Amino acid sequence: MTAEPGGLGVGASLRRKEDARFLHGRGRFVGDITRPGMLEVAFLRSPIAHARLKGVTKPAGQEKHVFTIDDLSGIGTIRANSALPGFRVSEQSALAKDKVRHVGEAIAACVADSRAAAEDLAAACELDYEALPAVFDMRTACLPGAALVHDGWSMNAFLETWRDDDVSHLDAVAAAKVTRTLRTSRQSMAPLEGRGVLAEWDPRLEQMIVTTSTQMPHVTKSGLADCLGLDEGQVRIISPDVGGGFGYKGILLPEEIVCASLAIRLGRPVRWIEDRFEQLTASANCREHHYILNAWADKDGKLLGVECEAIVDAGAYSSYPFGACLEAAQVGSILPGPYILPLLRCHTVSACTNKPPILPYRGVARTGVCYAMETTLDALARKLKITPQAIRFANLVPATAMPYRNLVGKVFDSGDYPESLRRAMAAIDVDAIRKRQAAGETVGFGLATFCEQGAHGTSVYHAWGIPFVPGFEQAYARLAPDGVLELRVGVHSHGQGMETTLAQVANEVLGIHPNKVRVIHGDTALTPYSTGTWGSRAGVMAGGAVAEACRQLSVRVAAIGAALLQVPPADVVVEGGRVRRKDTGSDAGSSVSIADVARTWYRAPQNLPPDVDKGGLEITAGYRPDPDTGTHSYACHAVVARVDIETGAVVLEDYVIVEDGGKLLNPMIVDGQVMGGLAQGIGTALYEEMPFDSEGQPLAATLADYLLPGTTDVPDVRLDHMETLSPWTTFGQKGIGESGAIGPPGAIVNAINDALAGLGAEVMDLPASPSRVLAALHAARLKK
Amino acid sequence: MKPAAFSYARPGSWSEAVQLVKAGARPGAGTQSLGPLLNLRLAQPETIADLRHLPDYAGVTVAGSVLRIGAGTTHASIEDGAVPGRTGEIMAGIARRIAYRAVRNRGTIGGSLAHADPAADWVAVLPALGGVAVALGPQGERRLPLSSFVTGIFETALAADEVLRAIEVPVLPSVARWGHWKFCRKIGEFSKATACVLSVPGAAPRAVLAALDGPPLVIEDASALLQDSETEATRIVATYPGLDDWRRAVALTALRHAVAAVKQS
Repeated sequence: MTAEPGGLGVGASLRRKEDARFLHGRGRFVGDITRPGMLEVAFLRSPIAHARLKGVTKPAGQEKHVFTIDDLSGIGTIRANSALPGFRVSEQSALAKDKVRHVGEAIAACVADSRAAAEDLAAACELDYEALPAVFDMRTACLPGAALVHDGWSMNAFLETWRDDDVSHLDAVAAAKVTRTLRTSRQSMAPLEGRGVLAEWDPRLEQMIVTTSTQMPHVTKSGLADCLGLDEGQVRIISPDVGGGFGYKGILLPEEIVCASLAIRLGRPVRWIEDRFEQLTASANCREHHYILNAWADKDGKLLGVECEAIVDAGAYSSYPFGACLEAAQVGSILPGPYILPLLRCHTVSACTNKPPILPYRGVARTGVCYAMETTLDALARKLKITPQAIRFANLVPATAMPYRNLVGKVFDSGDYPESLRRAMAAIDVDAIRKRQAAGETVGFGLATFCEQGAHGTSVYHAWGIPFVPGFEQAYARLAPDGVLELRVGVHSHGQGMETTLAQVANEVLGIHPNKVRVIHGDTALTPYSTGTWGSRAGVMAGGAVAEACRQLSVRVAAIGAALLQVPPADVVVEGGRVRRKDTGSDAGSSVSIADVARTWYRAPQNLPPDVDKGGLEITAGYRPDPDTGTHSYACHAVVARVDIETGAVVLEDYVIVEDGGKLLNPMIVDGQVMGGLAQGIGTALYEEMPFDSEGQPLAATLADYLLPGTTDVPDVRLDHMETLSPWTTFGQKGIGESGAIGPPGAIVNAINDALAGLGAEVMDLPASPSRVLAALHAARLKK
Repeated sequence: MKPAAFSYARPGSWSEAVQLVKAGARPGAGTQSLGPLLNLRLAQPETIADLRHLPDYAGVTVAGSVLRIGAGTTHASIEDGAVPGRTGEIMAGIARRIAYRAVRNRGTIGGSLAHADPAADWVAVLPALGGVAVALGPQGERRLPLSSFVTGIFETALAADEVLRAIEVPVLPSVARWGHWKFCRKIGEFSKATACVLSVPGAAPRAVLAALDGPPLVIEDASALLQDSETEATRIVATYPGLDDWRRAVALTALRHAVAAVKQS
């Protein structure tokens, strides 16, 4: 690593330390790890969406290699409860018991020396079941008389929420009202690496060691110990290199529980590597919202109120730890977006259906909510005959109002939201687009403005009552005898570049070269507890904790350094990796290196000052921002899209993002985060959907059917940063990891609808696939 | 996603290959389609006969007015110019847009044609070029017209005991005009509608409409399409069974673009 402009600390675009191993193919993922005597697992999965399970006939002679739930006595069900009033909690058995509730649900585990042989066993099993009527449409699922996914429930819903502002007078006073029915598709997350689990029982430690592809090792440990009936100390989670998380890797999987149970039972290491078929059809499902929105505005476009009826298809189970209402229950609080909204009436339903459980995916709820709000705003603007930028300027929270508390109680910490829109508008020649439209081209311009709450903590999550509540984030820092700094954090880095950014934070405080900082993560035996990497929190929380640990360490380093320099501690500073006398320049003898200090503590303790801190050169420090209601990064996405009205195909001609993540710990890594999110957002906007047939069968079983955007489908984004410091965080940094995935559907569909406005057509449902765009054009023609 | 157990056979001669296939072996070439089917256990053959090591399986020879392309010739080599002349120019243009280079490096023209996926490029294009598929069976070679070779979804005119030996297409004159258009959601994805038109002076123009979830529709005399393209294209698309609104629109667009391209070439 060479010195970059701006140094090596916070704000420097250092190349990532971890890239050396990743780019040379030396990363080590679960699939790269084997053990002597290891068995491979294949799961027998349900071929049917809803059925009463009567029995599994195991292949003759192979009975002892096939395990159903009856063979794994003593393991508990996955139970992700919520304290929200009225929440119905599901009991998810690690292997189906009595009933299967979605296609792909695991019924039996088959073990063999190779995965192929294990799959042979699964194929040879025979299932005896009685098919039940299935519900796979979230709207009909909630109607009276619908078949019940969970016996004994009064309705196929995990939760309903209400916010009841009175909007009944708005029809009379508003200059315009629009109503929109909008839908986003069910998606399947597609990290390059799927899930993978290697479980082994260590008889010496009496410990279950699970090497698993997770972004939340400590929470997984708690959930797993609970289901296995073990003490938490008897479970160790190791999360090695992880090839993308996006939320999917935060979930405690039934497969993790089964593999651990099998490893104990069989006394041999047991491994399961998820394949793409399983991932697509059985597991990584996400998104799928339905909205009916009414919005009222005055003649200038100022919002008077919004009414929203939202349903989210949460699938069959409440997954651990985030639960089944993570998306729907947040709709009401996210809908106001970055705007001043006076009134909100909102009813949400977390519907329960015979589909795989919905899991959190980068952007969680916001991607759908932003889509609904931003397309509705544009519809209002068209009705009022004002520009899309005008309606946003009329409603964005101004910089002078910061910090701003909105009607649902969210507090925006800082920023100049209108400025992000001004910059985006300046980057796009809208007049040129209008001229092309006048000449008959179906080209359009679309905007999305939004903010992203990140790193929200105890005060926000305790009310949810889900299995974990984030508290103080901790980091451990230790100077080794040679002056190398070791940092241990409970978050996990799987693409975020934290092995680099956290080293930069240490460099910022202590001046130690990032090459001399080792960041250790992904092992519950080595790292302090953390809820993990989720909710755009690691830069703020782990960054803050590392800074605090290093700051406390620097006090101890300064004391020893001062003694070596024979001056009082008050007369030295720690900078540039050295302890330096304040009263002299860089003269020889005026400073000692941190390595000298470390050597003294470990190898020449006779030279330590008599009042030295006996804690030595290792420290665990905790950090939580105050207030901890979360940072709000924000962005404006501006898109130029061209629509081929013969085929419905959409081409993104230009994409501008103006983003404010506060202080950027490493701007180059932030750019990467935004671009990766953008690619996923384009997937939501234009490509990705997991359709189900009339029997509840998932139809996109391979990546030939489930389309992901490729390199040629992601435009060269023009990225501009504002850096308004958050007043609440260590360096002013804000959580920004999910932002890129939130804005694209709203901005892209707004651009499509702008292009089609002259033809009277409007796209409502995601993804805006060629067939949906063409259907919108056909519908417009029929109306005329 | 591991295949069910199968035996692997590597025939050393063509007669041995035919014997294996007659005995029920599934022929394998580049396995770019067969491989995923095996892994998904949608195909569970007892034996796979790997044809790749047979003599003259790959390669192109010219005999008079006929180009003989070994069935094992890869898309990549066609892309790189293995087929000479105007025919080769047209075929290279098709080959370079098949999937991705990694697929083209292994995938073969014969494997693709014999697999007969309705969306495959050679299934759509070869009937337009004319010529024959050379099938080899216990009784020797027989020549099947390319225009009727693919008979359905994953169905061909090959008999159960035959393997595809080669493809013979005409040496086209340099003045041959060609138009081709396909619609892919993404670069490298399977086509959702493909149309192509070949116009050689002195012969009736030929057209194909394909990649519509069924066998290709071959129009042996496409003169009307070139004269009154809008009416004729609409009529042709209407004859293709089972299309939804969007597919019909894309098919129509494909024909329009292919006709426009052949007129410009």
